[in-house]
Amino acid sequence: MPPFSATAELIGENLACRRGERFVFAGLDCRIAPGDALVLTGPNGSGKSSLLRLLATLLARAAGRMLWGGIPVEDDWPGYRAAIHYFGHLDGVKPALTPREMLGFWAALRGVHRPAIDAALAAFGIERIADWPCRWLSAGQRRRLALARLIAAPAPVWLLDEPAAALDADGEARLAAAMASHRAAGGRVVVATHQPLALPGAATLALDRFAAARDPIAI
Amino acid sequence: MRAFCGLIRQELRLGMRQGGDIGLVLGFFVLAVILFPFGIGPEPELLRRVAAGIVWVAALLAAVLSLDRLFAADYADGGLDQIALSAMPLEMAVLAKSAAHWLTTGLPLVIVSPLLAMLVDLDPAALPSLVLGLLLGTPAMSLVGAIAAGLSLGARRPAVLTTLLVLPLYLPPLIFGTGAVEASLAAEGARAHLLLLAALTVAAVPLAPLAAAAALRQALD
Repeated sequence: MPPFSATAELIGENLACRRGERFVFAGLDCRIAPGDALVLTGPNGSGKSSLLRLLATLLARAAGRMLWGGIPVEDDWPGYRAAIHYFGHLDGVKPALTPREMLGFWAALRGVHRPAIDAALAAFGIERIADWPCRWLSAGQRRRLALARLIAAPAPVWLLDEPAAALDADGEARLAAAMASHRAAGGRVVVATHQPLALPGAATLALDRFAAARDPIAI
Repeated sequence: MRAFCGLIRQELRLGMRQGGDIGLVLGFFVLAVILFPFGIGPEPELLRRVAAGIVWVAALLAAVLSLDRLFAADYADGGLDQIALSAMPLEMAVLAKSAAHWLTTGLPLVIVSPLLAMLVDLDPAALPSLVLGLLLGTPAMSLVGAIAAGLSLGARRPAVLTTLLVLPLYLPPLIFGTGAVEASLAAEGARAHLLLLAALTVAAVPLAPLAAAAALRQALD
């Protein structure tokens, strides 16, 4: 895995997320340096998924700033988007295509020249089913396939939403190994999870601390 | 560019694997044209008079039929997130999607249209302007359709809403398309009508992706 830009930090300052009239969270600061892992915790509805989508620029933020390598992300959308991998609840796997084709497509979307498809399949133990149509895959296998795109097209920041859902013990171990080698190469991981994941030295961000339902702030 | 081509390739591959979608559109086109003689009577004089209109309206409805597939599947399965985060602007992704939609629906419609024109006894002299008109007009229909497909994402019945949104927008290609056939039947030359159809498509190439991408961003938020 190539080492990523060694110094770039992802910084969120005073982030707020609004759904309709209600603030999901507000006044949230986070800082993710190379090799860091940040675990988002909190009860259902506390905004873990919203924060990940917000960091992925899929959700507009109601307030605050985001800096990547000291530059506001608005000033360099393509650069920031190339730096992040967003992994959500929905995997985008097409039943009619094969895992190999899916990985090739995802890598092409990111403009990657020579995607590491075989390495990605091997990292999540799905080489055997690489040429099956995805409609034959189980929920766990689809999950592994979706995770394999993190390896096929490298990016320094992984934003993972419940990555261990539907995975068996072997899948969880492979996920932990992938995150460990990603961090060892200078990658950064932000993960929302209810299951305990093997992430040595990870910081924890409890989102319920930033619930802003009772102190509406002026925009 | 790699992302743009990759998206088109994936859409075409999906279209091929799920051949049903293309077959459905073509089947609808053929059946709709065949229905007209039953509805308005088989007199050749009458059919010849309305032939161009029948083929154009049927093609337009067939194109609408496939529009709800344009973004709905990607929206439902999360693929749209990956497309929004790809190396190309969302506008380019919309352009790629529309191009693939045209290749899998518009182009097959253009190819079978001469056959259907014969079925409703269109004057062979007007055939070139019918086919050329469809060839120039259907890309604009795919592009404008992308706006409606994007706007109706997340609606309770997106297919119906897409149809309602898009049909009024298809009036200009319909008017100029049938106008081209009428003009060549009257030996006036269809050039002006065909140029206007081409202008619609040329205008839609930069403008429709802007609007559709804005609709998609709204749907993702």
